[in-house]
Amino acid sequence: MGSLFRSEEVALCQLFLQSESAYTCVSELGELGLVQFRDLNPDVNAFQRKFVNEVRRCDEMERKLRYLEREIRRDAIPMQDTGDNPEAPMPREMIDLEANFEKLENELKEVNSNAEALKRNYLELTELRHILKKTQVFFDEEGHLWPWQAERDGCAGNLDGGSVSLTQNLLPDEAKGPIQLGFVAGVILRERVASFERMLWRACRGNVFLRQAQIEEPLEDPATGEQVYKSVFIIFFQGEQLKLRVKKICEGFRATMYPCPEAPADRREMAMGVKTRLDDLNTVLSQTQDHRHRVLVSAARNLRSWMLKVWKIKAIYHSLNMFNIDTIQNGLIAECWIPVPDLETVQLALRRGTEKSGSLPAILNRLSCVESPPTFHRTNKFTRAFQGLIDSYGVASYREMNPAVYTIITFPFLFAIMFGDLGHGIIMTLFGAWMVWKEKPLSVKKVDSEIWNIFFGGRYIILLMGTFSMYTGIIYNDVFSKSLNLFGSSWHVPFNESTIRDNREIMLDPKQPDQYEGTPYPIGLDPLWQLAANKINFLNSYKMKISIIFGIVHMMFGIILSLWNHRFFNRRLNVLCEFIPQVLFMSCLFVYLTLLVFIKWVNYGAGEDVPLVLTPGCAPSILITFINMVLMKGYEEAKGPNSCSAYMYDGQFYLQRMMVVVAVICVPWMLVAKPYFLYRASKQRAMLGTGGVEGAMEETPSTMPVQPAEDHDMSEILIHQGIHTIEFVLGSVSHTASYLRLWALSLAHAQLSEVLWGMVLRIGLSTAGTTGGFAMYFIFAAWATLTVVILVLMEGLSAFLHTLRLHWVEFQSKFYEGQGYAFVPFSFDSILEANESTVTEAK
Amino acid sequence: MKFCGPKLSLCCTILSVWGIIQLGIMGILFYIKSPAFLEDLFIPENATEPAAYIDAMEKSFSQIALNCWIATALYGGTFVLSGWQMWLNFKK
Repeated sequence: MGSLFRSEEVALCQLFLQSESAYTCVSELGELGLVQFRDLNPDVNAFQRKFVNEVRRCDEMERKLRYLEREIRRDAIPMQDTGDNPEAPMPREMIDLEANFEKLENELKEVNSNAEALKRNYLELTELRHILKKTQVFFDEEGHLWPWQAERDGCAGNLDGGSVSLTQNLLPDEAKGPIQLGFVAGVILRERVASFERMLWRACRGNVFLRQAQIEEPLEDPATGEQVYKSVFIIFFQGEQLKLRVKKICEGFRATMYPCPEAPADRREMAMGVKTRLDDLNTVLSQTQDHRHRVLVSAARNLRSWMLKVWKIKAIYHSLNMFNIDTIQNGLIAECWIPVPDLETVQLALRRGTEKSGSLPAILNRLSCVESPPTFHRTNKFTRAFQGLIDSYGVASYREMNPAVYTIITFPFLFAIMFGDLGHGIIMTLFGAWMVWKEKPLSVKKVDSEIWNIFFGGRYIILLMGTFSMYTGIIYNDVFSKSLNLFGSSWHVPFNESTIRDNREIMLDPKQPDQYEGTPYPIGLDPLWQLAANKINFLNSYKMKISIIFGIVHMMFGIILSLWNHRFFNRRLNVLCEFIPQVLFMSCLFVYLTLLVFIKWVNYGAGEDVPLVLTPGCAPSILITFINMVLMKGYEEAKGPNSCSAYMYDGQFYLQRMMVVVAVICVPWMLVAKPYFLYRASKQRAMLGTGGVEGAMEETPSTMPVQPAEDHDMSEILIHQGIHTIEFVLGSVSHTASYLRLWALSLAHAQLSEVLWGMVLRIGLSTAGTTGGFAMYFIFAAWATLTVVILVLMEGLSAFLHTLRLHWVEFQSKFYEGQGYAFVPFSFDSILEANESTVTEAK
Repeated sequence: MKFCGPKLSLCCTILSVWGIIQLGIMGILFYIKSPAFLEDLFIPENATEPAAYIDAMEKSFSQIALNCWIATALYGGTFVLSGWQMWLNFKK
């Protein structure tokens, strides 16, 4: 029977697969996701496994696909996720896929390198165009500048504007003649211009002349693709040596030099040539980009399904690597864990796999095993979250009682005791309900935020916590720290004006029928308590007592669950020596305590006909009674008609004495009984001798090494039992007190809520006049934000944590072992999800 | 036209709905003089005589009820505004 009561029966099975059908069978099993393979070659290096070549090919394909994905993402092309799940392709299709990816990669690489070369060319031509434009300005300027020079030298007649060579004009008059000035023109990064100029000045000792002009528009650097600002420069020099020096410095500063004709006519011709070439280049560039875009778009359509296929192939070969090769029958042997109820389904899947590949059917047979199988809980979307809470502490041992079933109700309930507020419960319920209602669209959307994923994963827990909190909010009669009066309070104030005026505080007497009706408020706390000055005194007593009651119920339930564990595993000794003394100990002390609480609640009260001994004034303190009981104090007293009694019922003294004695006997019972019986049993076995084989195994043993049997050393058993006993006895007191956190947190929540109302909202409410309306508008927003952030989120998280602790420590320590390991089936779904998450993390 | 992002408009819409509901109900409760709100009233210092005190209480109840309804109306306006922004943000 598959249920959450205890984990499922898992069998170790051996699988004989023919070589041809191995791939398809594993593919079918992967789709099914019910089989956990064991690694039969644990000491084999990853590089020595049989299918390492195929895995390597898969890695290559994955790399190519990732390269394609990067290029697609760079061009911001949307990749559609059709959501379909392609099947793992056959090995022969793998070759086709490889060839396809290779072709795509090469094409893309070629297009990219072509584009880069074209861009470089484009850059050079653009720079040349700028140079031609700017040097025009230089040469014009020089024409205007030199009249000053000529006048200075006293020759005004030499100038003729543009007809005289510029270089001639630059020379001083004496030097005019056969000496010609040379010049180089080029482009350099704007940042480097200043140091370039300085270097030129120093290296050529001031004998060169630099003019530069900035290029206004940024140019695209072909390698990095980013925009840079450059400047055009032109350097004039005289002589070959300076020319060499200037060229070297230009190369050092990585300035690109261009041949620039001197004559303006030549320059104009060159500019036109450059323009036409630029236009041609532009067309070619845009065509290249279009081609690249088309290639990427067609790849983007299939990229996702290719990626899934490659991942599946890789997963299949990883699993195949774990199998043993059976050379005799040309097959593969696999060992796997399969849940027993699913054996039929697995057989069907294997049959499908062998049919697809058309070979002999696979053989599945069960093995016996000594080591414990993995723990498998079959969960659905609702129970998975609660099972996850339990598994975080420790995975259940194989076939142990599963605490998750009970957690579904006890967790939200204990949370609600600490969180009890109708208003905050409504907020939490609405949030949980929205997440559950919009489950499908929200789960498809892949959100990166870890916090959102945690909240969404626990949506059912949040919904349940919210609804339970609404219930406890009604019981505590607390809505954002105000009470609801739905049924009419049972308390009334009958005093006249003078009494009220003369007394600061009046205590309403429940004995007077005009002050207390005699019947309590039907559901929950009477709304008048909200206005009472001694509200906390009353609530403290109430909440502490119910915390202890719930705690002891929870712990007794845990102990009783251990009985089911003992019976299932046939541990009769444990039932006798652990379960019974534990139950007796807890009952005699702590269940009796809760009984006292109930007796006090029922018997003692205020009223007109109540005898003196049962009035609230005479009610004995339960704590004192308990302490006196354990210390064996107290005495039988004479009961007069007008005196209070320390006892709640007749014979209490003797009954309590007996209970303490029984509880004290339980301690050595827990400590000594089990080691004694084990000792006797081992002695008997030693006397009978080690003869007698354990019984022939009908099923073949597993090929894996077997774990050694448990140690039956007496000292170990005694120590273990001692620890267990001390833990239980001391734990019973400390855990019972630990449940008082239910009271503490609920008090803190109520007080926090009251403070928030009093310190924030009251300011808006008690503002005089109509400005209060506008003040309320803003103050309400502040109050609402603080309510959500502090009271719902922070307190909710805090109460969640405390409830979790109560479950993990106080409840589960009574019966839970938690030493198992989880059943992790070979499932494509989980592998694909894991791969997706690593991809999103890497981004 | 759009001056709020999607998150701000969503938050403001939810806050406005909550404000309308809660302030509306609180206004009604103040109007019927619910004693749960006794400590939230504004009683001026000089009202020491019982008659004056009760009078101040009743006046305060009505005033605060009016204030709550003003705030409800303001949140109604905010709801329209942020709802419009939300519609602008989320229409595809």
